Amino acid sequence: MKKVYARPKYLKKVHFHYCPGCGHSIVHRLVCELAEEMKIQDKLIGIPPPGCSVFTYNYIDTDFVESAHGRGAAVATGIKRACPEALVFTYQGDGDIAAIGTGETIHAANRGEKITAIFINNAVYGMTGGQMAPTTLIDMKTTTSPFGREKDIEGFPIKLSEMVALTKGAVYIERTTVNSPAGIKKTKKAIKKAFQVQMDNLGYSLVEILSPCPTNWKMREIDSWKWIDEVMVNEYPPGVIKDTTNEQKKKKPKKKGKKKK
Amino acid sequence: MTKKKGRIEIDQEYCKGCGICIHFCPKDSISPAGKLNASGYMPAAFNDNGKCTGCAICALVCAEASIEVYRG
Repeated sequence: MKKVYARPKYLKKVHFHYCPGCGHSIVHRLVCELAEEMKIQDKLIGIPPPGCSVFTYNYIDTDFVESAHGRGAAVATGIKRACPEALVFTYQGDGDIAAIGTGETIHAANRGEKITAIFINNAVYGMTGGQMAPTTLIDMKTTTSPFGREKDIEGFPIKLSEMVALTKGAVYIERTTVNSPAGIKKTKKAIKKAFQVQMDNLGYSLVEILSPCPTNWKMREIDSWKWIDEVMVNEYPPGVIKDTTNEQKKKKPKKKGKKKK
Repeated sequence: MTKKKGRIEIDQEYCKGCGICIHFCPKDSISPAGKLNASGYMPAAFNDNGKCTGCAICALVCAEASIEVYRG
């Protein structure tokens, strides 16, 4: 029989430290598959965040530069400007990109930096023990909101993707999920397109991925996967939020041919 | 006996027993292994009931990239 699916070439042969049923490792695998498919492994430079995915460099066989809390977009800007031929992506959680790094992210998008952000949204601070994040849903119980998030005290869940979509520099923004086979395929397609936008030098691209966190949601693995479909998508509807790829391509001047004498 | 269309191999040491592949398998061809692995998890194992078509849904949803799929 022919082998049709195997561990991707650029996913290192080590055990993931993630909890069973976590969405991080699926996104890692998708990035590795894309690195192989698009033949970009030697060009990829990743910026892992502090958080559960801090050890991303242990798993994906590409170059990585660790950034401080929330500073992923700023570090990526520097790397991209120094090596324009590199394919720079930041891998950020919701506590990283939507709380401490909101400023960096929005301004990087507004400047139209040619970087890609992979935003893993699981609605809690995962690594530190499940505290309330800006993305936590109303009435959702966490260790710092034991009676549920109250809108009068803690405010509403922040929608970072929609905020970034308002900036002119952002070209491609999509929200997907990794809680079903279809969702995982869509996520792969979205990341591929985001990388392509960067390779075409069009501008900032961001893929928000709704990811399960069974440990901090205090659910069985499969229940947490279902919970995304039942509850989370009502607040964060998946789909393309902004796509100005075609307009940007039109704006780009065509390559100048050799002048005739 | 009909010819088998596909089969999978699950790396028992990488598997963390989250049970997602068992849930998504359309042919009920995956079940718990019945014994713990070195990390103390109950891994999933291929239950060869002859129905596996090698659709690779299990490998797609596997969070540990521990499933290899063969078809043909």
